[in-house]
Amino acid sequence: MLPFPVLAPALPEIILVVGALCLVLLGAIQGDGARRAIQTLSVGLLIVVLGLVHLSGGKQGVGFEGAFIADGFAQLMKVFTLIASIATLLMSFQWLERERVERYEYSLLVLLATLGMMMMISANDLIALYIGLELQSLALYVVAAIHRDNSKATEAGLKYFVLGALSSGMLLYGASLIYGFAGTTSFSGIAAVVKGGAPLGVVIGLVFLLAGMAFKISAVPFHMWTPDVYEGAPTPVAAFFSAGPKMAAMAMFVRVVITAFPAIAPQWQQIVIFISIASMALGAFAAIGQTNIKRLLAYSSIANMGYALVGLAAGTPEGVQGVITYMAIYLVTTLGSFGCVLLMRRDGQAVETIGDLAGLSRTRPWLAFSLAAMMFSLAGIPPLAGFWAKFYVFGAAINAKLFALAIIGVVTSVVGAYYYLRIVKLMYFDEPKPAFDRGDASVNGVVIVCTIFVALLSIAPAALFNAAAAAARSLF
Amino acid sequence: MPGLLSGLLLLPLVGAALILLFREESEANLRNIRFIALWTTIITFALSLAAWSKFDPGSPSFQLVESYPWISDQIRFRLGVDGFSMPFVVLTAFLMPFCILASWESITKRVREYMVCFLVLETLMIGVFAALDLIAFYVFFEAGLIPMFLIIGVWGGKRRIYAAFKFFLYTLLGSVLMLLAVLAMYWNAGTTDIAVLLKHQFPSSMQTWLWLAFFASLAVKMPMWPVHTWLPDAHVEAPTAGSVILAGILLKMGGYGFIRFSLPMFPEASAYFAPFVYALSVIAIIYTSLVAMMQEDVKKLIAYSSVAHMGFVTMGLFTMTPQGVQGAMFQMVSHGIVSGALFLCVGVVYDRLHTREIAAYGGLVQRMPLYAVAFMVFTMANVGLPGTSGFIGEFLTLLGAFRANPWVAFFATTGVILSACYALWLYARMIFGVIDKPALTSIMDLNRREQVILAPLVVLTIYYGVRPGPILDAFAASTDHLVKSYQAALALTNTALLTVQ
Repeated sequence: MLPFPVLAPALPEIILVVGALCLVLLGAIQGDGARRAIQTLSVGLLIVVLGLVHLSGGKQGVGFEGAFIADGFAQLMKVFTLIASIATLLMSFQWLERERVERYEYSLLVLLATLGMMMMISANDLIALYIGLELQSLALYVVAAIHRDNSKATEAGLKYFVLGALSSGMLLYGASLIYGFAGTTSFSGIAAVVKGGAPLGVVIGLVFLLAGMAFKISAVPFHMWTPDVYEGAPTPVAAFFSAGPKMAAMAMFVRVVITAFPAIAPQWQQIVIFISIASMALGAFAAIGQTNIKRLLAYSSIANMGYALVGLAAGTPEGVQGVITYMAIYLVTTLGSFGCVLLMRRDGQAVETIGDLAGLSRTRPWLAFSLAAMMFSLAGIPPLAGFWAKFYVFGAAINAKLFALAIIGVVTSVVGAYYYLRIVKLMYFDEPKPAFDRGDASVNGVVIVCTIFVALLSIAPAALFNAAAAAARSLF
Repeated sequence: MPGLLSGLLLLPLVGAALILLFREESEANLRNIRFIALWTTIITFALSLAAWSKFDPGSPSFQLVESYPWISDQIRFRLGVDGFSMPFVVLTAFLMPFCILASWESITKRVREYMVCFLVLETLMIGVFAALDLIAFYVFFEAGLIPMFLIIGVWGGKRRIYAAFKFFLYTLLGSVLMLLAVLAMYWNAGTTDIAVLLKHQFPSSMQTWLWLAFFASLAVKMPMWPVHTWLPDAHVEAPTAGSVILAGILLKMGGYGFIRFSLPMFPEASAYFAPFVYALSVIAIIYTSLVAMMQEDVKKLIAYSSVAHMGFVTMGLFTMTPQGVQGAMFQMVSHGIVSGALFLCVGVVYDRLHTREIAAYGGLVQRMPLYAVAFMVFTMANVGLPGTSGFIGEFLTLLGAFRANPWVAFFATTGVILSACYALWLYARMIFGVIDKPALTSIMDLNRREQVILAPLVVLTIYYGVRPGPILDAFAASTDHLVKSYQAALALTNTALLTVQ
């Protein structure tokens, strides 16, 4: 008989799954009438889980026969992911209601996706990783198509599903190759096998694994779905896609390569360097021609994943610290930016072209200020938060003597600055268009918090950086 | 007195915060906003004078040092000044009230945001010179781009958007390369404390790359030929006060960067690249002077002349002779006053006629005698006439260049002649002759506000031309220290090389 699994490290996840299932029941019995209650309870549940994760204090713990791990890295990344889910949920409700896509399933799917993300972050075994990933992906496929009467949204959902299923297949194929050659699915087991020289099959499996994970973080050349899904999906959903799942996928990426394949670092570093450069360059150049703000942010997120990978390419504790810092700051910036996009409503209609932002500094000065802060932050201009993100990843690259990567990275960041500046130009230099409607309180709140963080991080940044450093050390 | 420098950084921000409290742009509010901005800058200037009085020019070490916890134990928020930075801190605080006054009537739209931009910019500029930590320096250095971008883009002329983008992206491209060098220095030295880095010896092979990366940023900021092309555009499109800040302070950050980082921290690379810098400087002096001569736009002409004058600065710095370095420092301070004043003068007539075309003016002396006098003093200082502050810097840098390389000095001297050509010709075309344009027949002379702006600048230009001592003394000890340690570092390398041989 199998021993009873150790559950304690997964306590937040267990509470989340039990809570989510209860809410599913509630929804099934009460139907759409319970929508409001489910929304409130979902947010409450996520906050409780966030509190639990935070209180766990990053204690090292392994559960489920080593398939599930809780450590400092997992704790911090889960905190970010949960914050992302809570913030996007808060921003969604009123927006979806106005667009007549209010369904109680939405919050439940977000809950389940979040659970999948937490599993991905804590996965210490290829099977656990795949289960977490699929749980997340399946929920996200549905969320992408939640606006089912809208052809664009349906198209986006379908596109995401087909490509996502393909990438999951690749990942699974890679995982099976690795299992076949290494004889184990646990990360520590793989690391032990690889130490004595990696069999070719493991290396090929690793390539497939990386391809699948690159799809999830939407890194070039597996990025094609991103602009279409961001554009087609309802804006709060796009905000959700750009925040939480990216955190989880990046955490999974980092954990796999750092803990399972440390011995063949040069092999995966090549790949990471390539996709990093390709993402930074494509993200920077392709965004220049965009007129839809959501597409522009999609390319921006592609570029941002490229920058985050610069830290991973270094493969050092400093590099992982850089990735964590980068992702944290990216999270806030992207939530803030999408918050501003959610506030772009004129005469009750959501508008999405960047031209609609013209003269915003006259009509809504503080909104313009927030979006400008986000844009300058994404461009990496100090003293905004985005500068520190780039500071840490490039610092790690320089420390690891990846000079060419660092130089290409900073040069593409200047190219990227061009299109971020274009938004600022529209808002500040151009003649105003009619004012936007008054925004929802919850969205305003999120934008204000994000703006304060982005604008003032430079005054006392040490806490975030130290937390990231501690989390990074727990992986090595 | 501790806290003096952080006070200088905080004061303008307090003023900016006060201005943000005004919500409506009513007539009374606008008046209050302008006065708050003016008084903030005046008090900041007074505080900078207080800092100067506490400053001991006899010592080459950093003074008024402050240190606050920031990123980590190695990267702290350190402030401090020495002989090279103190004059710039004072110069920045000195020029700001003039900028506010110059914008008093000419800026009518979005006054609130305008004043906030300027006050924030003041903090950032003082921060650049007062930072004693490499990262803090970089943050201030780069952050200044944001308010300047807005100042050019929102309140600029017709092609303001093009100019703002060019300014921003050009300088950003240079700066990001410097950021990589900053990171490399951090990993090599284990700290970003500038005082420690000055004593740290970087490996020779690394110095070359670090020098080049810093050069990429500083040369653009300076600006040196051939990366100067953003400057004429930015100057032409910026509002008057923006041009004053650009010419008076922002350009000096390049020279300050060379003096603070390139020369003392990478002495071997600096010696190696000195001929390269001489060549670029001489080209800048001769070529941009010729270009300046052919300009039809007053602001463009002054912009090109700035590039030429900055050529003297880089030339003087890289001679690494006491005269060359002192001359370069003096040239920067004097150019800060003189070019700022020239842009203010252009602003005076621009406010009246709304054109910067030289051909639109002529015979101004008939109607504007006071203006003609002020403009003449600054023109002469721009030419480098003995008795004005412009002379001292050029003379000293040429002296230093002559000791280092007589040919460089020879070619650079032609620049002095050329500067006389373009500056005097400009003066003749604008001020002399008869008034034959209908628009000029009723032009008014300087009003009270403009007199208040220009008079102190006239006095200073002549005073420092006759008695350069107070400024030269401020950085004499620092120069001495810099040149000595530079030569010691080079001697050390040479002995090492000889031993190897």
